[in-house]
Amino acid sequence: MQLDDLNGIAEKHKSSRKKIIVRTCMSAGCMSSQADVIKKNLEAEAKAQGLDADVEVRRVGCMGFCGQGPLVGVDQNGEHGLWEFVKPEDAPRIIGALKGNKCDVQRGDPKHPFFAKQMHIVRANGGIIDPERIEDYIAIGGYTALHHALTELKPPQVVEEVTKSGLRGRGGAGFPTGLKWGTVAKSPGAKKYIVCNGDEGDPGAFMDRSVLESDPHLVLEGMAIAAYAVGADQGYLYVRAEYPLAISRLQIAIKQAKQLGLLGAGIFETPSNFNVDIRIGAGAFVCGEETALMASVEGKRGTPRPRPPFPAESGLWGCPTLINNVETFANISAIINRGGAWYAGIGTEKSKGTKVFALTGKIKNNGLIEVPMGIPLRQIIMEMGGGAPDGREVKSVQTGGPSGGCIPADYLDTPVDYESLTKLGSIMGSGGMVVMDDSTNMVEIAKFYMEFCMEESCGKCIPCRAGTVQMFNLLEKITQRKATARDLAKLEELCDMVKNTSLCGLGQTAPNPVISTLKFFRKEYEALLQPDPFGPNSNGAAKPTELATK
Amino acid sequence: MNTTLAVPPKTRLQSVLDHASGDKRFKILEVHMKKHQFRQDALIEVLHKAQELFGYLEDDLLLFISAKLKLPPSRVYGVATFYHFFQLKPQGEHTCVVCLGTACYVKGADKIISGIQEKYKIKSGGTTADNKLSLLTARCIGACGIAPAVTYDGHVSPKQTIESALEKIKIWI
Repeated sequence: MQLDDLNGIAEKHKSSRKKIIVRTCMSAGCMSSQADVIKKNLEAEAKAQGLDADVEVRRVGCMGFCGQGPLVGVDQNGEHGLWEFVKPEDAPRIIGALKGNKCDVQRGDPKHPFFAKQMHIVRANGGIIDPERIEDYIAIGGYTALHHALTELKPPQVVEEVTKSGLRGRGGAGFPTGLKWGTVAKSPGAKKYIVCNGDEGDPGAFMDRSVLESDPHLVLEGMAIAAYAVGADQGYLYVRAEYPLAISRLQIAIKQAKQLGLLGAGIFETPSNFNVDIRIGAGAFVCGEETALMASVEGKRGTPRPRPPFPAESGLWGCPTLINNVETFANISAIINRGGAWYAGIGTEKSKGTKVFALTGKIKNNGLIEVPMGIPLRQIIMEMGGGAPDGREVKSVQTGGPSGGCIPADYLDTPVDYESLTKLGSIMGSGGMVVMDDSTNMVEIAKFYMEFCMEESCGKCIPCRAGTVQMFNLLEKITQRKATARDLAKLEELCDMVKNTSLCGLGQTAPNPVISTLKFFRKEYEALLQPDPFGPNSNGAAKPTELATK
Repeated sequence: MNTTLAVPPKTRLQSVLDHASGDKRFKILEVHMKKHQFRQDALIEVLHKAQELFGYLEDDLLLFISAKLKLPPSRVYGVATFYHFFQLKPQGEHTCVVCLGTACYVKGADKIISGIQEKYKIKSGGTTADNKLSLLTARCIGACGIAPAVTYDGHVSPKQTIESALEKIKIWI
């Protein structure tokens, strides 16, 4: 396989395209509403109405507007149409509409602010290409970045380009990607590994699932470029078992890429080798932490270990290992193709590029959005998301899952970047954005997250294992209206202790939802407190005067 | 695994291997292990396959895997119990998995759970006495755009309510 062959495949595929393309979203969300039947019906109907010479019914990945699904998109005469809430029996009318017939299926607006305010890098091909056909990916310029890197750039130049882009880890912590790559590249060792973290455990987040389901080759290409840059020849893609569709599409993608010589030995007829294996997770939130994830890849219990040594120096089986998130890898091919300087031009001073968010919860427009960094929260929630449904008010926005915090509605003008969110006591996280309306009880939400952390604690270090249980019990006591001010003080003390003494990110961030709701919604906690039978200033022990009289 | 203590381990392993030779599923599992060259780091992959074949991971099955991969039984048991995805008890005829991700929770998944619990007198993670229904919870199945989501026998259904959930289950029972 050489560049000419790649271009040949692209040209051949483009010339075989039909005039009208009907795109059926077949991502996990729409699939649950019979998207597979819809596609079958559309195909049959196109044939029945004599349009099969002009119409291609294409399986595509996530279009983003999941709350309005199942979605069907139409590209006809250079115009894009969208149908929402499609049912299998709507197929005849949708195909009929291609001929100009009237159709009463709900029409979506591709110019809706939900779409108009987005900027696509990671999700550029989502909802456009068929994720199960490598030709589709190649036809829109896929694998050219890998070719460019392998044949025209030296490994340090690739690292430099990524450093120049200012890309930061999209898994949540925001570590500069170029720096990480440079460290792994410099680490001595003949064997190095690449790991893609697709263990998207945050409840309320599904960006990585969507990227893997809609555009698996984009992630594979990013991993292959990373492998070349750091000198690795083996990669692992760690995906949650809860995402069966993503796993099967990745398996197909790896097989296709190997067949074309884009993965495996001698990529693009250069001396570079890169193999990718899929590792399926088994339902443990802690495995999103990099050292726990590596233990899991090695087939062990997913418990974290202290750092240093960092995985970049000693990771899988003691070898230097580069671990990046799915979304981080998905940014790479665009950076190589268009240059680090272009990427650095998007976003804010310290947070570059775009970020994908899963906008869910009590909000009118549910779904997946990709926006440039630095966009104010208000634009995302109010304009793109349309605010809370049923005439209610937005009360707060939760970002970062169980490791993040709740941002109250008063702070909606905050720009979305790593530093601003951290300042508010939340984090960027992997990109979950759950909106809560004024009917939500914030103490219950804090309890919900604490229960999650309690059950997901791996049990290795005591602050997290015992602390989360105690904090959950205290929160339960508060919600049952049995707690006093003293319990609240104890809760705050425990938050501080668990945060500062836990071994890994899970424990260190587990108190965040409590700390942030206490910071902004303290009144809700206090309203549930009972008067202290021993007086407001007591520590619960018997008073010295009482002891003296006994 | 408690019973392991009562029987000397060697004879128990022998009886497991004897039993395994008559069961086709063990053969399929062994082929799968061979595909991974009996590598010990493929343990989680092997457990996934075993659960797919047998429905759940019983003690003898774990012992079989530990013997074939040359791993201590404690290590296999430790991994099987660590991950939520692995079931060590048999499931009911039908399973109903309610997603308890944040988006589903905010939209009332907790009410769906308590509704089912009340109606069928089971706890989450439990199975009804007639072995018809297992009620499980999931951490987040990534279908947040269509919250609250419930998985009935492996098929995800969007935007569920207590009524729609009970109706689906009623068909089974």
